[in-house]
Amino acid sequence: MTTAPIADRTTAVAARATDLSKIYGQGETQVVALDRVSVGFRQAEFTAIMGPSGSGKSTLMHCVAGLDTFSSGSVRIGETELGSLKDKQLTRLRRDKIGFIFQAFNLLPTLSALENITLPMDIAGRKPDQQWLDTVIRMVGLSDRLSHRPSQLSGGQQQRVAVARALASRPDIIFGDEPTGNLDSRSGAEVLGFLRNSVRELGQTVVMVTHDPVAAAYADRVIFLADGRIVDEVYGPTADSVLDRMKRFDAKGRTS
Amino acid sequence: MFRTALRNVLAHKARLLMTVLAVMLGVAFVSGTLVFTNTLSAALEKQSAKGFDHVDVAVTPDFKEAEGDKVGEVQELTRALVDDSARVPGAAQAIGIVTGFTAIADRDGKLIGNGFQSQGGNYWGTEDPRYPLVGGHAPKGEGEILIDSATAERTGYEVGDTVRMSVDGPVLEPVIAGIFTTDDGNVAAGGSLTLFDTASAQKLFGKAGTFDEIAVKAKDGVSQAALRAQLEKALPSGVVETTTGAELADEQAETIASSMSGLKQGLLVFAGIALFVGTFIIANTFTMLVAQRTRELALMRAVGASRRQVTRSVLIEAFVVGAVAAVAGLLAGVGIGVGLRSLMGTLGATVPDGPLVVSPGTIGTAFAVGVLVTMLAAWLPGRRAAKIPPVAAMSSVHAKATTKSLVLRNTLGALFSAAGVAVVLAATTMKGSDGQAPMGIGAVLLITGVFILTPLLSRPLIAAAAPVLRVFGMPGKLARQNSVRNPRRTAATASALMIGLTLITGMTVAAGSLQKSIDKMAAAAIEADYVVSMRNGNALSPDVERKLRQTDGVTATSPMRTAVSRIDGRTEYLTGVNGATFDDLTEFETLSGAFEVGGTRVVADEATAKSYGWKAGSSFTVAYEDGRKQKLTVAGLYQGNDMMSGIMIDTATLAPHESEPADMMVMVKTADGASGAVKESLEKALGTNPGIQVQDRKDLSNEIAQMFTLMLNMLYGLLAMAVIVAVLGVINTLAMSVFERSQEIGLLRAIGLDRKGIKRMVRLESLVISLFGGVLGIGLGVFFGWAAGELMGTRMATYELVLPWGRMAVFLLLAALVGVLAALWPARRAARLNMLQAIKAE
Repeated sequence: MTTAPIADRTTAVAARATDLSKIYGQGETQVVALDRVSVGFRQAEFTAIMGPSGSGKSTLMHCVAGLDTFSSGSVRIGETELGSLKDKQLTRLRRDKIGFIFQAFNLLPTLSALENITLPMDIAGRKPDQQWLDTVIRMVGLSDRLSHRPSQLSGGQQQRVAVARALASRPDIIFGDEPTGNLDSRSGAEVLGFLRNSVRELGQTVVMVTHDPVAAAYADRVIFLADGRIVDEVYGPTADSVLDRMKRFDAKGRTS
Repeated sequence: MFRTALRNVLAHKARLLMTVLAVMLGVAFVSGTLVFTNTLSAALEKQSAKGFDHVDVAVTPDFKEAEGDKVGEVQELTRALVDDSARVPGAAQAIGIVTGFTAIADRDGKLIGNGFQSQGGNYWGTEDPRYPLVGGHAPKGEGEILIDSATAERTGYEVGDTVRMSVDGPVLEPVIAGIFTTDDGNVAAGGSLTLFDTASAQKLFGKAGTFDEIAVKAKDGVSQAALRAQLEKALPSGVVETTTGAELADEQAETIASSMSGLKQGLLVFAGIALFVGTFIIANTFTMLVAQRTRELALMRAVGASRRQVTRSVLIEAFVVGAVAAVAGLLAGVGIGVGLRSLMGTLGATVPDGPLVVSPGTIGTAFAVGVLVTMLAAWLPGRRAAKIPPVAAMSSVHAKATTKSLVLRNTLGALFSAAGVAVVLAATTMKGSDGQAPMGIGAVLLITGVFILTPLLSRPLIAAAAPVLRVFGMPGKLARQNSVRNPRRTAATASALMIGLTLITGMTVAAGSLQKSIDKMAAAAIEADYVVSMRNGNALSPDVERKLRQTDGVTATSPMRTAVSRIDGRTEYLTGVNGATFDDLTEFETLSGAFEVGGTRVVADEATAKSYGWKAGSSFTVAYEDGRKQKLTVAGLYQGNDMMSGIMIDTATLAPHESEPADMMVMVKTADGASGAVKESLEKALGTNPGIQVQDRKDLSNEIAQMFTLMLNMLYGLLAMAVIVAVLGVINTLAMSVFERSQEIGLLRAIGLDRKGIKRMVRLESLVISLFGGVLGIGLGVFFGWAAGELMGTRMATYELVLPWGRMAVFLLLAALVGVLAALWPARRAARLNMLQAIKAE
């Protein structure tokens, strides 16, 4: 297992957290969700965040993605420091610089697949780049489903629409929160394949929270969290290596 | 079961809040009406009973029916009869009473009270037990009067002051000899009572030597019945009628009760409308609660609850909600009752004092209404809840809102609407009152039909708003789509508003058209510059016309004098006019013959002529009031109207047969036309008489307009309650929608819609729903207004439809305002949603 120092291998970093802490409650009921976490997400890299339940992996993603506030430390998306932003500026940042794929409920039921894909740009009042849009749609294989409503699509198709939406506005970084959590293995593999392709072929930056070692194996790098801290990091993971690492967590958890 | 239901109510406090408020408002309206009318009638009854303290038996003149050529006649109560009454062994005292209209001016020369409350009477002897003096002494002669203490207080008049007053024409300026207190209901209601000595009162009221009534008081120990028997024996039969004080009090109480029940029913109709509108909200709320709890209810079914138990649990919830709302509504209703009483006080009507009456009936009604309405409205959602299969507990997805086809509903709605339109249209072709019942039935059918059809109508109508909404970008588009997502819910919400606006618009259209047509009628027939009349509609003394005729600048005058007569064994009221000038003062359409009044030549309106079978040139014999007969010729027929019709005859022909000429009004034409200065000179010529009004045509129009405005404002006030309930409905629907769509809102926030955008989305949805209801309501209202007008038009030649565009625009704005206001709270809530929790929440 290669335990590389948490340092940049290239100079271009899409997002970075430094000494990030998130503390819920006060005094006796205080819960430390994130404990001075420092991590960088390089451009054109696919990162998976793993860890047992309650390890803080989702919280880390939410804080870096500007969905949640943090107690101390700093988060940067590109050159922008999130801590100083007001809600309105944060919203604009999410709209223009970040793409999202959630576990479930990614789409508005009243909008067609195409309308869902262009939603962030429609909100901004921007015209989508048609050529790019076509490329993305072709990649996720939705060309013949564009006018369908979400209720007329399968779960896998719905997640593919969500991937297309995340990619369509060419964000600086895409965050996925268990994007394959609700899918069968074949659909899940498809979605993960698209995400990996977007990184390899289109130079997109993707960060994904998952608890599935198979999903994590699609990533370039896996970060392991436990008790609000980064405890390990693996480059070029395979499903087996990730599973081994996870087993050690369990063993450690059981013996300690 | 009960515990589960109760827990549910407590768990959904916030979501049930609007429902409770809606039911509460309706119940408050109902109980407020009951409390107010009960309190008022109890107070009035108590007071009227007091008013009969001085009367054990009332002797009134008998009325001799008209017979053959003889007109009906009231017998005379003479002084001798009063004395006879007093001599009856059981009588302690007999008072002759004479009453009439007496206008009295305040220090600024303005009439006190309105004309109908200005009463006059006689003070009996030197000490009248009915009217205890608080200052001064009994009046003597025409130069002295007494006024009631309430009037004295209001005007600041004191004993010794000179006041301006009039009875039927000439102005008098007597001195106030004294001030008395009285229980008189008219005075309590804000009117004035002026007393003269008996002889002066008789002379002024034109009843020389006679009385209107004799009030006889019994000696101690003599019953009213015994006194009555003695009086009946002592007084000539066929001349008098006797009534005991107890009977009078009963009659009065009955009159009060029936007038109160009219008021009560009127108010309850509006309360019913508010409650009906409220049922939409209740049904909406419970439908949504059931949908949200699908899994929970399915679990109950899975662990063994029967269908009936599930339905019952929903109904128990409704019961609890209804009961809570009923208690709150009852309390609010008592407040409304108190408020209405003081409101009437400030409006000038003095409401008699009395304790607040909250009867067991009121309490029972409040509870029955609150609980029944809520449970009825929750019944259908409750049945739907029972149909949830137990397996739904296992499925991970929320049950979708009912997607049952609307085909059956649309068919039913179309049938109802078509039937409604057909019946209303059929009714418009009927004559007057025949059409009223069909029109009402048709209206109910059509409103029901449109209500059933609203889900269908919502799509095209809301789609029509798309171009406007596009201006607002993505939030506008989402708002439009959200508003048609659940057509049933949107329909129920919009319908609540629709009903209120239908009624408001319909009444506005009908009243506006009616006002215009009455106005036209008044203006069309009258060519005179001024119409002079008594403020209370009583007759003027002929002296008034004489004075007006002699005033500078007056070119023509004519009275409109009413005289009773018999023609062909029927009682007919002739209108005496000045034949020489009448044609210049009025403008009637002559249908045949000539409009010629003079000597034995008269004119008759078409309807009257038809009833006697006359044509131009026909002759007939009339028997006058004094019994003498004359042969008259119909010179011509004219087109009458609701204000002026009948047989017009020259006053000169009429004069020899009349004992007391009574001019209902005098028409005046002046050289310079109507102007402020001319009006002033006419008023001056009549001695600036407080009892007489001089009106030009504009004044007449204004008077009519004022009447309609007052009526409409009252209706608006009453219907406002239905609109308020509708607002609660919109708030309710939006709050529920925001709750149901919190995941979507969270997603929108995450991918970049800011708080302002979310707020705008909710507001626009609210606006769309409200305007949808508004457009439907105003459309239906115009149709009903038009239909009602057609019905009235059959009786009114001058009828013409007036569409109040300005008002309609205001109503539409009102609907928009409802939308904006209703969205305030839900929009804030939506914008404040925690997006992480919203997305995660399953």
